[in-house]
Amino acid sequence: MKTVLKCSNVKGGYKLSEVYIDAVSNVSLELRTNEIFGIAGESGCGKSTFIKTIYGYIEPPLILKDGSIELYARDGKTFNISSLSLNNLRKNVWWKYISYIPQNAMNVLNPTMRIRDHFAEIYKEHMGLKKRDSYAKAQEYIESFGLPNEVLSAFPHQLSGGMRQRVVIALSLLFEPDVVLADEPTSALDVINQRVSLVFLRNAQRKLKNTIVVVSHDMGVQSVLTDRMGIMYAGKIVEVGETETIFENPLHPYTKMLIKSLPRLGDKTRRMGAKGQPPDLRDPPPGCRFHPRCPYSKPICRKEEPTFLEVEQDHYVSCWLME
Amino acid sequence: MSEFLLEAKNIAKFFGYGFLGRTKFPAVDNVSLTMEDFPKILTIAGESGCGKTTLARVLLGFIKPDRGIVLYKGRNVHKLKRKEKKFFRKEVQAIFQDPYETFNPLRRVDAYLFGTAKYMFGANSKEASTRVEEVLEFVGLSIKEVMGKKPKEFSGGQLQRISIARALLAEPRLIIADEPVSMIDVSLRMNILNMFKDLRERGVSFIYITHDLATAYYISDEIAIMYRGMIVEVGPASEVLLNQYHPYTKALVRSLPEPGKKDEWLKEKVNPPGIEIKEFLVPGCKYADICPNSSDKCRKERPPLFKVGNVKVACWIYQGQFQRP
Repeated sequence: MKTVLKCSNVKGGYKLSEVYIDAVSNVSLELRTNEIFGIAGESGCGKSTFIKTIYGYIEPPLILKDGSIELYARDGKTFNISSLSLNNLRKNVWWKYISYIPQNAMNVLNPTMRIRDHFAEIYKEHMGLKKRDSYAKAQEYIESFGLPNEVLSAFPHQLSGGMRQRVVIALSLLFEPDVVLADEPTSALDVINQRVSLVFLRNAQRKLKNTIVVVSHDMGVQSVLTDRMGIMYAGKIVEVGETETIFENPLHPYTKMLIKSLPRLGDKTRRMGAKGQPPDLRDPPPGCRFHPRCPYSKPICRKEEPTFLEVEQDHYVSCWLME
Repeated sequence: MSEFLLEAKNIAKFFGYGFLGRTKFPAVDNVSLTMEDFPKILTIAGESGCGKTTLARVLLGFIKPDRGIVLYKGRNVHKLKRKEKKFFRKEVQAIFQDPYETFNPLRRVDAYLFGTAKYMFGANSKEASTRVEEVLEFVGLSIKEVMGKKPKEFSGGQLQRISIARALLAEPRLIIADEPVSMIDVSLRMNILNMFKDLRERGVSFIYITHDLATAYYISDEIAIMYRGMIVEVGPASEVLLNQYHPYTKALVRSLPEPGKKDEWLKEKVNPPGIEIKEFLVPGCKYADICPNSSDKCRKERPPLFKVGNVKVACWIYQGQFQRP
């Protein structure tokens, strides 16, 4: 398996007039070809900021302090996303090599434009196609996904939320990018539409054999959709591994807590929630950022940050208990 | 006195749509519900747009139904006299989804708590402040943490706990909670749900409105599943969620993403719901277009709730059958 995207020591956050919010704090991660990689974590843990940084969409107040993000495309090209300007990214990298589905994506469609014109606009921008050609191409494309043809002539508001979401997913895959970043792609949908949309996303990924990053706080979604996953807590990735391994043998106390607090059908045993709150990222705690809430914390946890250790093959954990 | 705490009979609420909203569709369509007068948790579950929030607002007396009545301890909730209204507002409390919208962002949070306490117990501020301390302690906060702070200074989980504390000040008999944990992080969700369970032990009943079947299973005694404004299945929570009688309930439960269900979840085909407005208006079963076992009868005639064991199901499959076929 080849590496398609490599983040090394990425440090980024929000610079406001007087404070700095340390949302992505020294994160390193490698994504492989042909996988769905999940990023899980609670609200405010920096997962959305992290994928925005990967996409290179850095506009104030978001800043990138340090680190590099490299994309190794299948056609042999290498892009150093962290050093390219927004204009350059827009012209040469976005859509073709990496695309991004923002949160609440079903509301990103222009309400005054028919779906086919959304396609036409992108075809024109990136391939210089004429309107008529792009309509034909869009039809062919949408049929290849098994979506009904009428979708193209509809306005966004005429489609259900789930269908809009599938259209946005289809749009993001239009030029078969190497990496697709999806931020909470289905958190606004109900379970049945969520399932239809995620199965749709997964089938598309299996066909294209590219890499899809799914950011979702929902551990249930992570468990059924992703191949590998990373858990983020307070701006750091604390555990990375194969999804099955993470659920069967979680090693970081935070991951354990997340999985334990997941209610399941058929199980009424009393589940305990976590103590305390996630830290304020304006002033994160020293050492391991989870130590104030960790039931196993030791003196060293308060002082020094644990290293990211490969405890078994492909299973990385950042915790002093592992050393 | 009625034997029921809360009784809703044939509630219907229409909303307008289309040009100037002249055409109407039923957001809540002929729903009947009862809550006996002993503490229990009843869940109303369904997807977005199924009418569960509208139903909650009708039960709370916030909006008038176009048809049907809601009785609280035998009195019509929408025709209360002034004194009765105060009594009803004290006994039935609401908790909403977004705690930041529950509170006025410019007002201090403690002002709410003391305001409510004084309203409930009169101006004697000593009793009021002991009550405030008590309820805050119950939700795991102290008066010091709350004093003088505005809503923005709390996290969502903390603020939701404060809104529960505020509801408890009134010593309610019934709390109607509309998606109270859907904006709260998973690790903190359980704390709030456990709180509901503990309160039930202390004699408070709940109507828990949610789209999340896993948390519904965790806390509820009874569950009603809604689809397009109607209750399609109602009964004991474990019976409904583990055995699923109505085809829609089956689809819902099977689509629930859970660890260890990967293969089944990815492979089995499900039909997504169709165009909402059309389904609200059909004469027959609203699920007929998507249902894998629908017949002509389903499209023409609306099924009533049939009794199957201790569950009631609105599906023609169960006509004349007292057991699962």
